[in-house]
Amino acid sequence: MPTNVIMPQMGESVAEGTVTRWLKKVGDRVERDEPLLEISTDKVDAEIPSPAAGTLTQILVRENETVPVNTVVGVIDGEGAAVSAAQAQPATPLPGPELKDAEAAPGLPANAPSVSRDKIRSSPLVRRIAREHNVDLAYVRGTGLGGRISKKDILAYLAQPGSQRAIPPTAPQPATPTPSSVPPAVSAPAPAAPPPAGTVAGATQVVPMTAMRRQIAEHMVASKRTAAHVTTVFEVEMTRVFELRAQYAAAFEQRHGIKLTFTPFFVRAAVEALKQYPIVNASVDGNNIIYHRDINIGIAVALDTGLIVPVIKHADEKNFLGVARAVQDLAGRARSKRLDVDEVQGGTFTITNPGIFGSLFGTPIINQPQVAILGVGVIEKRPVVRDDAIAIRPMVYLALSFDHRLIDGAVADQFMNKVKAVLENWEESVV
Amino acid sequence: MPILTHLEAIRQGIWEEMERDPSVFLLGEDIGVYGGAFKVTAGMLEKFGADRVIDTPISESAIVGAAVGAALVGLRPVVEMQFMDFIACGFDQVVNMAAKIHYRWGAAVPIVIRGPSGAGVHGGPYHSQSNEMWFVHTPGLKVVVPATAYDAKGLIKASIRDNNPVIFYEHKFLYRRIKDEVPAEDYVVPIGKARVAREGTDIAVITYGAMVWTALEAAQALEQEGISLEVLDLRSLLPYDEEAVLASVRKCNKVILLHEDTRIGGFAGELAALISEKAFEDLDGPIIRVTAPDTPVPFSPPLEEYFLPNAKKVAEAARKLAAY
Repeated sequence: MPTNVIMPQMGESVAEGTVTRWLKKVGDRVERDEPLLEISTDKVDAEIPSPAAGTLTQILVRENETVPVNTVVGVIDGEGAAVSAAQAQPATPLPGPELKDAEAAPGLPANAPSVSRDKIRSSPLVRRIAREHNVDLAYVRGTGLGGRISKKDILAYLAQPGSQRAIPPTAPQPATPTPSSVPPAVSAPAPAAPPPAGTVAGATQVVPMTAMRRQIAEHMVASKRTAAHVTTVFEVEMTRVFELRAQYAAAFEQRHGIKLTFTPFFVRAAVEALKQYPIVNASVDGNNIIYHRDINIGIAVALDTGLIVPVIKHADEKNFLGVARAVQDLAGRARSKRLDVDEVQGGTFTITNPGIFGSLFGTPIINQPQVAILGVGVIEKRPVVRDDAIAIRPMVYLALSFDHRLIDGAVADQFMNKVKAVLENWEESVV
Repeated sequence: MPILTHLEAIRQGIWEEMERDPSVFLLGEDIGVYGGAFKVTAGMLEKFGADRVIDTPISESAIVGAAVGAALVGLRPVVEMQFMDFIACGFDQVVNMAAKIHYRWGAAVPIVIRGPSGAGVHGGPYHSQSNEMWFVHTPGLKVVVPATAYDAKGLIKASIRDNNPVIFYEHKFLYRRIKDEVPAEDYVVPIGKARVAREGTDIAVITYGAMVWTALEAAQALEQEGISLEVLDLRSLLPYDEEAVLASVRKCNKVILLHEDTRIGGFAGELAALISEKAFEDLDGPIIRVTAPDTPVPFSPPLEEYFLPNAKKVAEAARKLAAY
């Protein structure tokens, strides 16, 4: 019996996704829940498990194609019965949510129609229920054959509180809309017919951006446009942290099953400083300053194809071990594309680590709607002056980019002094 | 309550009506001395005598014609067709006489023509047909197809008491395979009323006769997969229980029409038309038929097995429809 593989909705405001890689070929045997393909959306990259055991009989959406959520991207056949072309609706490239929908309902960006209206498939019963409840079927997610809306789907839709009018809960909205709160139809107009990947035309090669690349591009430009970026750089001696690592690395790994890396030290130091300077853990909303009670630290993780920032929620409530575990878990799952949408949302401060690639320090761009980001440079032994003598010490440059609209240089430097003090005089037990 | 086989329930029903009403008598081939090809009338000759249990020549036209005549003078004949396939030889008497006399002259023709039908016992093309639709398409007749022993007894009694000609289909596969509780006291099952054989919520399987059991078997298998089948046993095809059909469709919103009869011109076509006329806006998927293909019933056992609908085929159709 054929089972459709659909482009899942990764988060409420996500309207489309890109197939980045098929892990199976047509004709391959696949087990239920075995990784089948990788997708990329505005919010997150993910590995999609097979919904059923069987044979992958059709790939309807090729790699690097972007389709609306709920589009059938492939077909798994359980018992070898062939699927007729009429049953599995091939994905048509994106008429996309119509622009006029977004214009007509500017307050409802997040519930973008899941398919364009002329592609809605339903049943007489579903159409009757829709008429009786005044439901626009473009907003109902179909799980039937070929994405068809069945009784089950519309009843599930009606059972949601607020159905049509639901606006997703968001973090305090900054005055300027961040890219993620702009309707996808407007912020990410998908080309009607993207040139096939790798088209060589003369001396150039045209490759469509992945959804992640597009999103990064928009985020970065929007942040530069929004915040008044200033970067301050501090030099921190890491001798104490080095000693702790030398002393406890083996025991730590043996006891907890995770490596003792530098990252949790920086996270813990940042948390202590954020507690002391809550303005750095804030955001801007028009003429208001929003102070966040929770300290949620985003950790930038470089991927082959881009960058993702999973968030350690309630980092202020975690001890060193808790932070270390969270870092290991989130970074691991970011690389294996197994993050949930809510794990990349809600950050209040971000730490990025260009040092792992050898950079002395960078001037990172703030991750909106946050107001500061800490960049960690390479940690290496350098000659420094101690007691009027030249000494060799493990050193690191820490660069804080901050939004001068909210944070003055003096506060930023006090914040950095606190970070420096925590790291240089480390007191917390690590084991 | 006594447990009776399908066959014994029919025998008891006829016996009780014979005792109850002296105008009831039987005629057919080998029903007396031999007790009937399947022994439905066994012991009746001894009990009721040769005047009321008449062995006839091998002429279905003569048998039905005699029954029609007897009915017109006030008797209630119960005719046995040795196999329902043989009714073709008496076709004119059934469709042009029995079916039209009341309309033409206002006279009642209270006859019952009963006999074994259906496949599954390797009877080949002349002893296995489900030819109920020949008569469903003949206004003036009633057509009854029981599935359980309880209904078989209650319906044969109702048929004998009915003042219209009734064609009573007994499925030979069920004769000795199906047993259920049958009350000893007098009761009838009204003609034209369906029965919900199993309550369900996802897909209504509307069927009759032996296929009721097939549907129930499929329903049980699918229960573990989370697909809930409702099984509606029509019991009568003419008249049929339109209300019950529509109620099941409105409840489940998806429907499978199942019969052992072949596909084109089968009863499923009638039901599909009714449903789309009266319950179109209650449909959440296409109306699906599961039937035998349009061929004679094969004699070869593997071919016959291929020909007949079974629980696996019903379950397969139901899975597809559930996912639709």
